Amino acid sequence: MSELNLTTAPAHVRHGSNIGQPLTRRDGVLKVKGQATYAADNHLPGMLFAVIAASSIARGHVTSLDVAAAKRHPGVVEVMTSANRPKLAIDPEIKTNPFVFRMESLQNDEVRYANQPIAVVIAQSLEAATEGAALLAPRYEALPPRVGLDAGEVFVPPVVGVGNPTVNEHGDVEAGLASAAKQIDATYETPPQYHNAMEPHAIVVAWDGDKLSIDMPTQGLILSRARIAELFGLAHENIHIRSPFLGGGFGSKGLMGGPPVLGIMAAKLVGKPVKLVLRREQMYGPVGHRAPTRQRLRLGADGEGQLTAIEHHARTVSSSYDDFYEPAADASHTLYASPAIRTTHDAVRVDTGTPLFMRAPGEATGSIALESAIDEMAFACGMDPLAFRLKNYAEVEPISGKPFSSKALRACYEQGATRFGWSKRKLAPRGMRDDAGLLVGWGMGTATFPALMFQAEARAAIRRDGSGVVEIGTHDMGQGAWTAFAQIAADGLGLDVDRVEFRSGHSNLPDAGIAGGSAHTATAGAAIHNAGAAVIAKLADLATKDERSPLFGAGNTGVIARDGKLFRRDDESRGESYSDILARAGLAEIEARGTGAANPAAMEEYAMHAHGAVFAEVKVDPELGQVRVTRMVGTFAAGRIVNPHLVKSQLFGGMIWGVSFALHEEAITDRRTGRIMNANLGEYHIPVNADVPSLDVLTVEEHDPHVNALGIKGVGEIGITGSAGAVANAVWHATGVRVRRFPIRIEELLV
Amino acid sequence: MKQFEYVRPASIAEAVAAAAQPGSAYLAAGTNLLDLMKGGVSRPDRLVDVTRLPGLDRVEPLADGSVRIGALVRNANLAHDARFAKAYPAVAEALLSGASAQLRNAATVGGNLLQRTRCAYFYDTASRCNKREAGSGCDARDGENRLHAVLGWSEGCIATHPSDFCVPLVALDAIVEIEGKSGRRELPLAELHRLPGDAPERDSALQPGDLIVAVRLPASARTFATHARYLKVRERTSYAFAVVSAAAALRIENGRIAEARLALGGVAAKPWRADTAEQVLKGATPDAASFQQAAQLALAGAKPSGDNAFKIELARRIVVRALTLAAAGTPARVPALPASPFASVSGALHV
Repeated sequence: MSELNLTTAPAHVRHGSNIGQPLTRRDGVLKVKGQATYAADNHLPGMLFAVIAASSIARGHVTSLDVAAAKRHPGVVEVMTSANRPKLAIDPEIKTNPFVFRMESLQNDEVRYANQPIAVVIAQSLEAATEGAALLAPRYEALPPRVGLDAGEVFVPPVVGVGNPTVNEHGDVEAGLASAAKQIDATYETPPQYHNAMEPHAIVVAWDGDKLSIDMPTQGLILSRARIAELFGLAHENIHIRSPFLGGGFGSKGLMGGPPVLGIMAAKLVGKPVKLVLRREQMYGPVGHRAPTRQRLRLGADGEGQLTAIEHHARTVSSSYDDFYEPAADASHTLYASPAIRTTHDAVRVDTGTPLFMRAPGEATGSIALESAIDEMAFACGMDPLAFRLKNYAEVEPISGKPFSSKALRACYEQGATRFGWSKRKLAPRGMRDDAGLLVGWGMGTATFPALMFQAEARAAIRRDGSGVVEIGTHDMGQGAWTAFAQIAADGLGLDVDRVEFRSGHSNLPDAGIAGGSAHTATAGAAIHNAGAAVIAKLADLATKDERSPLFGAGNTGVIARDGKLFRRDDESRGESYSDILARAGLAEIEARGTGAANPAAMEEYAMHAHGAVFAEVKVDPELGQVRVTRMVGTFAAGRIVNPHLVKSQLFGGMIWGVSFALHEEAITDRRTGRIMNANLGEYHIPVNADVPSLDVLTVEEHDPHVNALGIKGVGEIGITGSAGAVANAVWHATGVRVRRFPIRIEELLV
Repeated sequence: MKQFEYVRPASIAEAVAAAAQPGSAYLAAGTNLLDLMKGGVSRPDRLVDVTRLPGLDRVEPLADGSVRIGALVRNANLAHDARFAKAYPAVAEALLSGASAQLRNAATVGGNLLQRTRCAYFYDTASRCNKREAGSGCDARDGENRLHAVLGWSEGCIATHPSDFCVPLVALDAIVEIEGKSGRRELPLAELHRLPGDAPERDSALQPGDLIVAVRLPASARTFATHARYLKVRERTSYAFAVVSAAAALRIENGRIAEARLALGGVAAKPWRADTAEQVLKGATPDAASFQQAAQLALAGAKPSGDNAFKIELARRIVVRALTLAAAGTPARVPALPASPFASVSGALHV
């Protein structure tokens, strides 16, 4: 017998529940064989290809397009411009709800950012459409673009993130700083970053009268459907969106942006199915990005290394035409105890596509600044960075004063430090070298992300043959939704995962909420769990009221569902299979629905966050300044772990993004034109294999009875927080050079 | 994409005739050209596919001790040719530090020599670029230019040549064999690439139709085999162009440098041979003082073309390090991280 058999479901190693088992992803074989169908893999009969022509200026007006030249090109069928575009049912500039962002749908000739769609060419081949778009040769009336954090008038936005207050304050920060024995006043900058999901945004769309059939990657099937419905004046049930797999989303596929809407319009214009796929460089504009920040941190600490004040101010940017403000300073709300904390934000408007959620919005940018400043303060106090963090450990959430629903951060620190060997760290920088003479630095950062929940609904059923069905439109962005939700579904129905049919990934299923905010597993998981429980309750009701059932009369003591049977809670020798119960009742199946949402009472009472500690080792060439991360340990406490295998991958991905944030990633904007000069994966650097060290991820057991029935906090975003700061702090420890502009560049280390 | 004619000549003569017509471009692996075409940077009317031409994919030792590398030899195959790598270790190391494994498997010797600059303004067709469109201007000059040239640039162009392979080749006096309309000719590699001057649109000394058929390393090149290294500083550990790189080769006799070869990459529109530095090293002892002096001389004419003054100091340091590594001796095996400052890190798993 072979020791490794990847085709056998690892479910068979299960002991008890399905939740908690490290199942390999159920869609893995499809993906390896290339059989997982992504949106752009769909080809419809008679389909045409639509290609966006994008603006090369960042601000101004399109004055002419050579539509005739494009139309003359062989294969070009139509050119869609602001002159002939199909009318939308509502003005796309109207924000009908807080999750609607303004988009370009060729409503006029105005240009608001570089790479803005200004026309769409529809042709019989991709090549013809591409050349047609090139032949449009747009002319512009260009205005000087506003670029960068100092581009214009500074203002205080009404809210940051999604409805977060711009200012948060408790205690007297000035008094805290005045009384401090040590002060840190440091300013950090983070660059614009783009999501760069491997799968570009794409849509394959076909109209059939007033019905729409769509293949499109989305992190929010029902939100997208609602937006399409209002834009095109359609009934929701007339729109069917399929999104079984996403090749990454990271926040850029959560809300409807302009490009898929243009695809739908193009299909309407030509009366044929259309495929529209963004080119890589076209993803640097209309589909969101992480805004740049400049963050000033002022910290005070007393003679014992106890923080007396934290002031965190963040400057960011939004577009000229819409509002999204990276809530970077909010990162200082939860981690460190201080008698006085003030977080504030301001912003300028620049000529860019509107910034948006990008993996850990606010926390990622804020964390690298806060963790750097904490590191600076620890050194100023002559303290080990871990000892300093423990000294300032927040026993309750600092600003709100609420207790934490659970917080195993202390265990994360301890286990991570032990695994890493942190106790051998030298306090002074530039004091460690390896055998080859390279500088060695050790740094750490604390990770945090709120445990959020949105709203979801699921349908569950048990069929006559004893198998189960669960339906919910969840989104698999690569994180493993197909697998983790099937595990939750199986437990909810008291079945082995192989006995549950899990239907997901299209818009005719119950609303799973949005796959974002690290809340998908918790939210949709709760709905699945509750739907399962409701089915079991109905089934138990049938059995316990039926004299012919061995469970008759067990209604008061209760029953347990396990392995396709119900058992009396007080006497497990008495039980009956699901199929027997249904057969006797003459039912083909029994179904129920369940919902998942946050518990407002618990939220009122408790602060709910996942936590973690990340330790990093870097090596730096002392003369040449090149940096390489050589070791990372991340320890995370995120409530219940549904699938350790998938969770580990999520955390790996987050930690690698942290490396990227600290050392690699930056969209370079030409300061004169507002164009992104490295809008491709060759020059927009992210870590390659050789940049990714051995990663060690530990999860610390955390039982949280308050966050939700399953105790899930979510792991989608926390990995990036803490990690970026850990790497930055390790670079300082290696070199003695404190770089406060990210990513850290070679020239800054040429001391 | 612009429609173009595709021809696949059966012989070198046919290829040259086809490519001599205006609007033609040679296609080898296309690792650079196809990107340029997709981006609208290059819009040829005709692609002359040379990949099926016979006889250009061999590495041949010649009777006089030199080696002749066919223009269609794949970068990976050349680097992994054990005899070649042993005789010209800095060349192998440079090849393996370039691009990614997938690109090296495809890219050819001739194509590597003729790849275009990676200046972002050259690729951005909305920018002015004298190299892309003669006389249009240079938006890099006052643009985002921290990685641009510090040697040999002009007001008209501050782009760099991106090749790693060419750096040790030019140090080792490589010769380029060219087939053109008037037959076969030879050119030192040092004379193939042009500095921009007032004609940045001309990358090389090649004429329309000219086809590189081979690169030859003279017999002298192998005399440096025991003391030859390539070192490349980049913004991530792999799959990035050089911020600055250097090839250093020494012939050490009786504790003194009998002959030195030194060239820099990522600093100019051509692989930059540092002749004066080589001269000062001749006869010197291989020590820090000599190497420092060589570094000063190698960068003597350097000046920033933008936000890139750091590259001058970095280049000096790379010269010192490359010479130091060369003096220490060529390692028995190409490091797992070729040309990287982290080449010496034990346990390195990746290329």
